[in-house]
Amino acid sequence: MREEKQAKHHNPVEIEQQEWKKRRLNDRLKQTLTIASPIFLLCLWEFLSQTDLIDVRFFPPPTEILRTFYNMIVSGELFHHIWISLYRIFAGFLLGAIPGIVIGLLMGLYSPIRHFISPIVMALMPIPTLALLPIIIILFGIGDFSKIVTIAGSVFFPVVINTTAGVVNIDSIYLDVAKNYGANSKDFFFKIALPGSLPVMMEGIQMGQAIALLTIVAAEMMGATSGIGYLIWTSYKAFLLKEMFVGLILISFFGYLFSLVLRFLQKKILPWR
Amino acid sequence: MREQTKISIRNLTKVFYKKNSSVTALDQVSVDISEGEFVCLVGPSGCGKTTLLRILAGLETTSAGDFEIKQGKEDRPLQSMVFQERGIIPWLTVEDNVAFGLKMRHLPKNVVKERTDYYLKKVGLEKFSKLYPKELSGGMKQRVSIARAFANDSEILLMDEPFAALDEQNKFILQEELLSIWEETKKTVLFITHSIDEALLLSDRILLMSAQPGKIIKEIKNDLPRPRNIEQIRANQQTAESFIEILKHLHEEVQKSRK
Repeated sequence: MREEKQAKHHNPVEIEQQEWKKRRLNDRLKQTLTIASPIFLLCLWEFLSQTDLIDVRFFPPPTEILRTFYNMIVSGELFHHIWISLYRIFAGFLLGAIPGIVIGLLMGLYSPIRHFISPIVMALMPIPTLALLPIIIILFGIGDFSKIVTIAGSVFFPVVINTTAGVVNIDSIYLDVAKNYGANSKDFFFKIALPGSLPVMMEGIQMGQAIALLTIVAAEMMGATSGIGYLIWTSYKAFLLKEMFVGLILISFFGYLFSLVLRFLQKKILPWR
Repeated sequence: MREQTKISIRNLTKVFYKKNSSVTALDQVSVDISEGEFVCLVGPSGCGKTTLLRILAGLETTSAGDFEIKQGKEDRPLQSMVFQERGIIPWLTVEDNVAFGLKMRHLPKNVVKERTDYYLKKVGLEKFSKLYPKELSGGMKQRVSIARAFANDSEILLMDEPFAALDEQNKFILQEELLSIWEETKKTVLFITHSIDEALLLSDRILLMSAQPGKIIKEIKNDLPRPRNIEQIRANQQTAESFIEILKHLHEEVQKSRK
């Protein structure tokens, strides 16, 4: 039997080709598993609630949620909530990330600024911006701007801290190279400090994006009349759990989408990594 | 012309001071290096050879004494350094790394392009000019570093163990490439190494340093005719003697520093 097999595959290339095919099959199996797990979970959920094994009032079957989702799209109600939330997320994200990057770069480049600002950053960081929501509402009213400020406040800290760390942790040999080859301060900033700090800075932005989503939902639960968070909260209070699940799924979808977009951008901006 | 002094170092002393204790890294170092000379600095690790180079490179200040690098042509930078393997910048392409010094000096674009291309070709990397350093081998990275320093066309070149991280075969190849570019430009070079073979292959003169505090305690003329290769270094009677001499010296210094 064994001899027969060996005789058949006497060519070493063929043998390796077989091995390679096996490996490829294995890789594809893993990919399938990755796609299969959420689908499996959804099927399980559908089955359990259709057969009344879990309470349909709390866990309506996914097909029901999908139908509600469709109806809400058709009625146009959903888009209103989505747009307003996306607007707040983007505006808040930019309002937090841009000052975060600027102040972070300044802190990284100039150590007196770093020593002066970092205790303030460290002291303010542990306070959840949501806990400051009452003050924010007093200062900025109950309109969109107070939600934008809340998000900006949460996004700012991971961005500023990572940007500073990104600049400070640039390998000193690159600073030596810049000095040895006579880089002026403008060239130093654009050729060394900024690109060198980008990888760590991008991680901060990635974190900021995740926090922005967490914050928008909570901010819209308190003192808002629109948005995905508002949708989740009012649906819950009215016990419209299907609508609530639609809101939750939207948040999960956008979270996933944003991190995909950022990861794509990261690859474009940092081709050298 | 050849005897003209290019670098003169006078009583250079460097002390590192930290929390009430001080370490003398360099003690009254004086040496002259002529125009076009290739000098290797050999010494036990921690003897201050890198400190000396960093002072000449403007990356470290002196505690006492001074040094001078003679300016030849105007608008030429005084020195360029070839760093160890990590010294090429990962977010710049091969081409931009080689052009780095020229761009920092804001030379006209066509001059930058022309010189960059010339040295990329010299080190055999013209096909790799658009790649990032992560895609290069250790030997290719060091070629970039060498091309960057030569392209900058400075008065002198400083090299800090540029081949230390390479494997033996690559080291031989790069040493010979370095020699061939150097023979074309006849730059004054100060080269740090801990490899005796390397010093004998490359240099006109070898300076031996003592263990801490670093002093130059001996110099060895190395007038083996050029072009040289590693086989000649191994076969030649005189270099074999120099090899033993340097080896003995290094042994002594290492023993001394242990006591």
